[in-house]
Amino acid sequence: MNVVILGCGRLGAHLARRLDREGHAVTIVDRSSDSFARLGGDFRGTMILGTGIDEDILRRAGIESADAFVAVTNGDNTNAMAAEIAKLVFKVPRVVARLYDPVREDTFHALGLMETVCPTVMGSDKIHDIVMDKNNSKAQ
Amino acid sequence: MYIIIVGGGKVGYYLAKILLNEQHEILVIEKDKRKGEAISVELGGAVQRGDGTDSLSMEEAGMSRADLVVAVTGDDEDNLMICQMAKKKFGVKRTIARINNPKNEHIFKLLGIDNTVSVTDLILAQIEREIPAQSLVHLLTLREAGVSFVEAKVPDDSPAIGKPLRDLRIPDDCVIPLVIRNGKGIVPHGETVLAPGDEVVAVTTTNHDDVLERIFCGG
Repeated sequence: MNVVILGCGRLGAHLARRLDREGHAVTIVDRSSDSFARLGGDFRGTMILGTGIDEDILRRAGIESADAFVAVTNGDNTNAMAAEIAKLVFKVPRVVARLYDPVREDTFHALGLMETVCPTVMGSDKIHDIVMDKNNSKAQ
Repeated sequence: MYIIIVGGGKVGYYLAKILLNEQHEILVIEKDKRKGEAISVELGGAVQRGDGTDSLSMEEAGMSRADLVVAVTGDDEDNLMICQMAKKKFGVKRTIARINNPKNEHIFKLLGIDNTVSVTDLILAQIEREIPAQSLVHLLTLREAGVSFVEAKVPDDSPAIGKPLRDLRIPDDCVIPLVIRNGKGIVPHGETVLAPGDEVVAVTTTNHDDVLERIFCGG
Protein backbone atom coordinates (compact mmCIF):
# COMPACT_ATOMS: atom_id res chain seq x y z
CA MET A 1 0.00 0.00 0.00
CA ASN A 2 1.13 3.56 -0.71
CA VAL A 3 0.55 5.70 2.36
CA VAL A 4 1.21 9.42 2.74
CA ILE A 5 1.42 10.65 6.34
CA LEU A 6 1.28 14.33 7.19
CA GLY A 7 2.93 15.24 10.49
CA CYS A 8 5.98 13.49 11.92
CA GLY A 9 5.17 13.90 15.59
CA ARG A 10 4.86 10.99 18.00
CA LEU A 11 1.81 9.51 16.33
CA GLY A 12 2.92 10.16 12.76
CA ALA A 13 6.41 8.75 13.32
CA HIS A 14 5.12 5.73 15.22
CA LEU A 15 2.62 4.92 12.49
CA ALA A 16 5.19 5.50 9.74
CA ARG A 17 7.64 3.09 11.34
CA ARG A 18 4.98 0.47 11.82
CA LEU A 19 3.71 0.67 8.23
CA ASP A 20 7.30 0.64 6.99
CA ARG A 21 8.05 -2.51 9.01
CA GLU A 22 4.95 -4.12 7.56
CA GLY A 23 6.36 -3.53 4.08
CA HIS A 24 4.22 -0.60 2.89
CA ALA A 25 5.56 2.33 0.88
CA VAL A 26 5.44 5.28 3.29
CA THR A 27 5.99 8.96 2.56
CA ILE A 28 5.98 11.31 5.53
CA VAL A 29 5.65 15.09 5.32
CA ASP A 30 6.61 17.58 8.02
CA ARG A 31 7.43 21.28 8.28
CA SER A 32 10.51 20.67 10.39
CA SER A 33 13.40 18.45 9.38
CA ASP A 34 14.21 17.85 13.06
CA SER A 35 11.03 15.80 13.46
CA PHE A 36 12.31 13.18 11.05
CA ALA A 37 14.79 12.09 13.74
CA ARG A 38 11.82 10.35 15.39
CA LEU A 39 11.76 7.85 12.51
CA GLY A 40 15.04 6.27 13.54
CA GLY A 41 17.92 5.15 11.33
CA ASP A 42 16.24 2.10 9.80
CA PHE A 43 13.24 3.90 8.25
CA ARG A 44 13.11 3.12 4.53
CA GLY A 45 10.32 5.49 3.55
CA THR A 46 10.50 8.93 1.94
CA MET A 47 10.68 12.16 3.92
CA ILE A 48 9.35 15.40 2.42
CA LEU A 49 9.91 18.79 3.99
CA GLY A 50 7.03 21.24 3.68
CA THR A 51 3.52 22.22 4.72
CA GLY A 52 0.74 19.74 4.05
CA ILE A 53 -1.88 22.19 2.92
CA ASP A 54 0.09 22.97 -0.22
CA GLU A 55 -1.00 20.94 -3.26
CA ASP A 56 2.48 21.02 -4.76
CA ILE A 57 4.06 19.54 -1.63
CA LEU A 58 1.39 16.84 -1.52
CA ARG A 59 2.02 16.08 -5.16
CA ARG A 60 5.72 15.77 -4.47
CA ALA A 61 4.85 13.35 -1.69
CA GLY A 62 3.15 11.16 -4.30
CA ILE A 63 -0.41 11.74 -3.16
CA GLU A 64 -1.69 11.16 -6.69
CA SER A 65 -0.87 7.47 -6.42
CA ALA A 66 -1.56 7.10 -2.69
CA ASP A 67 -3.98 4.47 -1.40
CA ALA A 68 -4.31 6.24 1.92
CA PHE A 69 -3.65 9.67 3.40
CA VAL A 70 -3.25 10.28 7.12
CA ALA A 71 -3.24 13.81 8.60
CA VAL A 72 -1.77 13.84 12.11
CA THR A 73 -0.10 17.21 12.62
CA ASN A 74 -0.72 18.90 15.96
CA GLY A 75 -3.18 21.32 14.34
CA ASP A 76 -6.80 20.26 13.84
CA ASN A 77 -7.38 22.84 11.15
CA THR A 78 -4.35 21.80 9.15
CA ASN A 79 -5.40 18.16 9.42
CA ALA A 80 -8.96 18.86 8.33
CA MET A 81 -7.92 21.01 5.39
CA ALA A 82 -5.20 18.62 4.24
CA ALA A 83 -7.62 15.70 4.46
CA GLU A 84 -10.21 17.59 2.44
CA ILE A 85 -7.63 18.37 -0.23
CA ALA A 86 -6.58 14.71 -0.31
CA LYS A 87 -10.17 13.59 -0.75
CA LEU A 88 -11.58 16.26 -3.06
CA VAL A 89 -8.63 17.26 -5.18
CA PHE A 90 -6.62 14.04 -5.30
CA LYS A 91 -9.43 11.52 -4.73
CA VAL A 92 -7.38 9.41 -2.33
CA PRO A 93 -9.52 6.35 -1.50
CA ARG A 94 -8.89 6.29 2.23
CA VAL A 95 -8.39 9.49 4.21
CA VAL A 96 -8.00 9.83 7.99
CA ALA A 97 -7.62 13.00 10.06
CA ARG A 98 -6.83 13.37 13.72
CA LEU A 99 -8.93 16.08 15.36
CA TYR A 100 -8.46 16.93 19.03
CA ASP A 101 -11.66 18.97 19.37
CA PRO A 102 -14.59 16.53 19.80
CA VAL A 103 -17.15 18.94 18.36
CA ARG A 104 -15.01 19.54 15.32
CA GLU A 105 -14.55 15.80 14.95
CA ASP A 106 -18.28 15.32 15.11
CA THR A 107 -18.88 17.95 12.42
CA PHE A 108 -16.26 16.62 10.04
CA HIS A 109 -17.27 13.03 10.61
CA ALA A 110 -20.81 14.00 9.68
CA LEU A 111 -19.58 15.56 6.43
CA GLY A 112 -18.65 12.03 5.41
CA LEU A 113 -15.52 13.05 3.52
CA MET A 114 -12.99 11.42 5.78
CA GLU A 115 -12.51 9.07 8.68
CA THR A 116 -11.81 10.98 11.86
CA VAL A 117 -9.98 10.02 15.02
CA CYS A 118 -10.43 12.07 18.19
CA PRO A 119 -7.80 11.21 20.80
CA THR A 120 -9.61 13.37 23.35
CA VAL A 121 -12.74 11.21 23.25
CA MET A 122 -10.83 7.93 22.91
CA GLY A 123 -8.48 8.79 25.79
CA SER A 124 -11.27 9.99 27.99
CA ASP A 125 -13.40 6.90 27.29
CA LYS A 126 -10.49 4.63 28.05
CA ILE A 127 -9.59 6.43 31.26
CA HIS A 128 -13.24 6.53 32.26
CA ASP A 129 -13.44 2.75 31.88
CA ILE A 130 -10.31 2.22 33.93
CA VAL A 131 -11.48 4.56 36.67
CA MET A 132 -14.95 2.99 36.78
CA ASP A 133 -13.59 -0.56 36.88
CA LYS A 134 -11.42 0.42 39.81
CA ASN A 135 -14.38 1.92 41.60
CA ASN A 136 -16.44 -1.17 40.90
CA SER A 137 -13.83 -3.59 42.20
CA LYS A 138 -13.37 -1.50 45.34
CA ALA A 139 -17.09 -1.37 45.92
CA GLN A 140 -17.45 -5.11 45.55
CA MET B 1 -26.86 42.54 11.50
CA TYR B 2 -24.83 40.46 13.90
CA ILE B 3 -21.38 40.01 12.39
CA ILE B 4 -18.62 37.89 13.92
CA ILE B 5 -15.11 38.67 12.77
CA VAL B 6 -12.48 36.06 13.55
CA GLY B 7 -8.96 37.46 13.65
CA GLY B 8 -8.13 40.76 15.30
CA GLY B 9 -5.19 41.74 13.12
CA LYS B 10 -5.21 44.88 11.02
CA VAL B 11 -7.85 43.62 8.60
CA GLY B 12 -10.16 42.41 11.37
CA TYR B 13 -9.70 45.54 13.44
CA TYR B 14 -10.42 48.08 10.72
CA LEU B 15 -13.29 46.00 9.41
CA ALA B 16 -14.83 45.92 12.90
CA LYS B 17 -14.37 49.63 13.35
CA ILE B 18 -16.12 50.50 10.10
CA LEU B 19 -18.95 48.03 10.61
CA LEU B 20 -19.52 49.28 14.17
CA ASN B 21 -19.91 52.76 12.78
CA GLU B 22 -22.52 51.41 10.40
CA GLN B 23 -24.54 50.33 13.46
CA HIS B 24 -23.98 46.60 13.13
CA GLU B 25 -23.56 44.38 16.13
CA ILE B 26 -19.95 43.25 15.99
CA LEU B 27 -17.85 40.72 17.84
CA VAL B 28 -14.18 40.17 17.14
CA ILE B 29 -12.60 36.89 18.26
CA GLU B 30 -8.85 37.15 18.79
CA LYS B 31 -6.45 34.52 20.10
CA ASP B 32 -3.65 36.75 21.29
CA LYS B 33 -4.22 38.31 24.71
CA ARG B 34 -2.31 41.54 24.14
CA LYS B 35 -3.73 42.09 20.68
CA GLY B 36 -7.21 41.41 22.03
CA GLU B 37 -6.84 43.87 24.89
CA ALA B 38 -5.44 46.58 22.66
CA ILE B 39 -8.30 46.48 20.17
CA SER B 40 -10.90 45.91 22.89
CA VAL B 41 -10.35 49.43 24.21
CA GLU B 42 -10.71 50.87 20.74
CA LEU B 43 -13.77 48.82 19.88
CA GLY B 44 -15.61 49.43 23.13
CA GLY B 45 -15.30 45.87 24.39
CA ALA B 46 -16.66 44.07 21.36
CA VAL B 47 -13.85 41.54 21.60
CA GLN B 48 -13.79 37.96 22.80
CA ARG B 49 -10.48 36.40 23.55
CA GLY B 50 -10.13 32.83 22.38
CA ASP B 51 -9.38 30.49 19.52
CA GLY B 52 -11.97 31.35 16.90
CA THR B 53 -11.66 27.89 15.37
CA ASP B 54 -12.56 26.22 18.64
CA SER B 55 -16.15 25.08 18.96
CA LEU B 56 -16.47 26.36 22.53
CA SER B 57 -15.35 29.86 21.50
CA MET B 58 -17.79 29.74 18.64
CA GLU B 59 -20.64 28.79 20.94
CA GLU B 60 -19.68 31.46 23.46
CA ALA B 61 -19.72 34.02 20.66
CA GLY B 62 -23.31 33.06 19.84
CA MET B 63 -22.34 31.95 16.39
CA SER B 64 -25.67 30.28 15.68
CA ARG B 65 -27.40 33.65 15.67
CA ALA B 66 -24.75 35.38 13.53
CA ASP B 67 -25.92 36.77 10.19
CA LEU B 68 -22.41 36.80 8.83
CA VAL B 69 -19.07 35.30 9.84
CA VAL B 70 -15.88 36.82 8.44
CA ALA B 71 -12.66 34.81 8.81
CA VAL B 72 -9.62 37.04 8.38
CA THR B 73 -6.80 35.32 10.25
CA GLY B 74 -3.43 34.97 8.58
CA ASP B 75 -3.81 31.19 8.22
CA ASP B 76 -5.88 29.72 5.41
CA GLU B 77 -6.51 26.45 7.25
CA ASP B 78 -7.97 28.40 10.17
CA ASN B 79 -10.15 30.53 7.92
CA LEU B 80 -11.41 27.44 6.13
CA MET B 81 -12.20 25.70 9.42
CA ILE B 82 -14.03 28.76 10.77
CA CYS B 83 -16.25 29.02 7.70
CA GLN B 84 -16.95 25.30 7.50
CA MET B 85 -17.82 25.07 11.19
CA ALA B 86 -19.93 28.21 10.97
CA LYS B 87 -21.90 26.77 8.05
CA LYS B 88 -22.13 23.09 8.98
CA LYS B 89 -22.26 23.22 12.76
CA PHE B 90 -23.86 26.58 13.50
CA GLY B 91 -26.01 27.03 10.41
CA VAL B 92 -24.61 30.45 9.52
CA LYS B 93 -25.91 31.38 6.07
CA ARG B 94 -23.17 33.73 4.96
CA THR B 95 -19.43 33.46 5.47
CA ILE B 96 -16.49 35.31 3.97
CA ALA B 97 -12.95 33.96 4.10
CA ARG B 98 -9.68 35.71 3.55
CA ILE B 99 -7.24 33.67 1.49
CA ASN B 100 -3.52 34.19 1.77
CA ASN B 101 -2.26 31.59 -0.68
CA PRO B 102 -4.06 32.13 -4.03
CA LYS B 103 -3.68 28.43 -4.79
CA ASN B 104 -6.20 27.74 -2.03
CA GLU B 105 -9.02 29.63 -3.69
CA HIS B 106 -10.27 26.71 -5.77
CA ILE B 107 -9.95 24.41 -2.75
CA PHE B 108 -12.18 26.71 -0.72
CA LYS B 109 -14.62 26.70 -3.60
CA LEU B 110 -14.58 22.90 -3.79
CA LEU B 111 -15.31 22.85 -0.07
CA GLY B 112 -18.33 25.10 -0.42
CA ILE B 113 -16.77 28.38 0.73
CA ASP B 114 -17.64 30.56 -2.25
CA ASN B 115 -17.13 33.94 -0.77
CA THR B 116 -13.40 34.49 -0.59
CA VAL B 117 -11.07 37.45 -0.78
CA SER B 118 -7.53 36.82 -1.88
CA VAL B 119 -5.34 39.80 -1.10
CA THR B 120 -2.49 38.38 -3.13
CA ASP B 121 -4.78 38.07 -6.16
CA LEU B 122 -6.09 41.60 -5.70
CA ILE B 123 -2.58 43.02 -5.71
CA LEU B 124 -1.69 40.83 -8.67
CA ALA B 125 -4.69 42.13 -10.62
CA GLN B 126 -3.61 45.68 -9.81
CA ILE B 127 -0.11 44.95 -11.08
CA GLU B 128 -1.55 43.49 -14.29
CA ARG B 129 -3.55 46.66 -14.76
CA GLU B 130 -0.49 48.84 -14.29
CA ILE B 131 1.82 46.90 -16.56
CA PRO B 132 1.11 47.76 -20.21
CA ALA B 133 2.67 44.50 -21.46
CA GLN B 134 -0.48 42.69 -20.36
CA SER B 135 -3.00 43.05 -23.15
CA LEU B 136 -5.93 41.39 -21.35
CA VAL B 137 -6.77 42.32 -17.78
CA HIS B 138 -9.36 40.82 -15.45
CA LEU B 139 -11.22 43.70 -13.85
CA LEU B 140 -13.79 41.87 -11.77
CA THR B 141 -15.19 38.39 -11.34
CA LEU B 142 -18.60 37.62 -9.88
CA ARG B 143 -17.70 34.10 -8.93
CA GLU B 144 -21.12 32.83 -7.94
CA ALA B 145 -22.74 34.14 -11.09
CA GLY B 146 -19.79 33.02 -13.23
CA VAL B 147 -19.48 36.45 -14.80
CA SER B 148 -16.13 38.08 -15.69
CA PHE B 149 -15.34 41.64 -16.65
CA VAL B 150 -12.18 41.81 -18.74
CA GLU B 151 -10.46 44.70 -20.40
CA ALA B 152 -8.37 44.63 -23.58
CA LYS B 153 -6.13 47.43 -24.75
CA VAL B 154 -6.19 47.77 -28.52
CA PRO B 155 -2.61 48.00 -29.84
CA ASP B 156 -1.60 49.95 -32.96
CA ASP B 157 -1.35 46.78 -35.02
CA SER B 158 -4.61 45.25 -33.82
CA PRO B 159 -6.63 43.37 -36.45
CA ALA B 160 -9.78 44.95 -34.93
CA ILE B 161 -8.91 48.49 -35.99
CA GLY B 162 -11.05 50.00 -38.71
CA LYS B 163 -13.77 47.32 -38.48
CA PRO B 164 -17.20 47.78 -36.92
CA LEU B 165 -17.70 45.74 -33.73
CA ARG B 166 -20.42 43.61 -35.33
CA ASP B 167 -17.86 42.16 -37.77
CA LEU B 168 -15.41 41.06 -35.09
CA ARG B 169 -16.95 37.62 -34.40
CA ILE B 170 -17.28 38.23 -30.69
CA PRO B 171 -18.51 35.04 -28.94
CA ASP B 172 -22.27 34.80 -28.26
CA ASP B 173 -21.98 34.78 -24.46
CA CYS B 174 -19.87 37.91 -24.47
CA VAL B 175 -20.92 41.54 -24.75
CA ILE B 176 -18.98 44.79 -25.08
CA PRO B 177 -20.78 47.37 -22.91
CA LEU B 178 -18.00 49.94 -22.80
CA VAL B 179 -15.10 51.34 -24.79
CA ILE B 180 -12.75 53.85 -23.20
CA ARG B 181 -11.25 56.23 -25.75
CA ASN B 182 -8.85 59.01 -24.68
CA GLY B 183 -9.95 58.52 -21.07
CA LYS B 184 -13.65 58.87 -21.88
CA GLY B 185 -16.26 56.15 -21.81
CA ILE B 186 -18.31 55.33 -24.91
CA VAL B 187 -21.24 52.93 -24.97
CA PRO B 188 -20.56 51.13 -28.24
CA HIS B 189 -22.98 49.62 -30.73
CA GLY B 190 -22.56 47.32 -33.68
CA GLU B 191 -21.32 50.11 -35.92
CA THR B 192 -18.67 51.41 -33.50
CA VAL B 193 -15.22 51.25 -35.07
CA LEU B 194 -12.23 50.72 -32.78
CA ALA B 195 -9.16 52.94 -32.83
CA PRO B 196 -5.61 52.27 -31.62
CA GLY B 197 -5.29 52.82 -27.86
CA ASP B 198 -8.96 52.07 -27.13
CA GLU B 199 -9.68 50.08 -24.01
CA VAL B 200 -12.46 47.59 -24.59
CA VAL B 201 -14.41 46.20 -21.64
CA ALA B 202 -16.03 42.81 -22.20
CA VAL B 203 -18.48 40.96 -19.98
CA THR B 204 -18.46 37.19 -20.39
CA THR B 205 -20.06 34.16 -18.80
CA THR B 206 -17.36 31.77 -19.92
CA ASN B 207 -13.64 32.25 -20.15
CA HIS B 208 -12.88 33.63 -23.60
CA ASP B 209 -9.47 35.12 -22.81
CA ASP B 210 -7.80 33.51 -25.82
CA VAL B 211 -10.53 34.50 -28.27
CA LEU B 212 -10.80 38.07 -27.00
CA GLU B 213 -7.06 38.50 -27.03
CA ARG B 214 -6.94 37.32 -30.64
CA ILE B 215 -9.80 39.58 -31.73
CA PHE B 216 -8.65 42.79 -30.07
CA CYS B 217 -4.91 42.43 -29.74
CA GLY B 218 -4.00 40.06 -32.55
CA GLY B 219 -1.33 37.42 -31.91
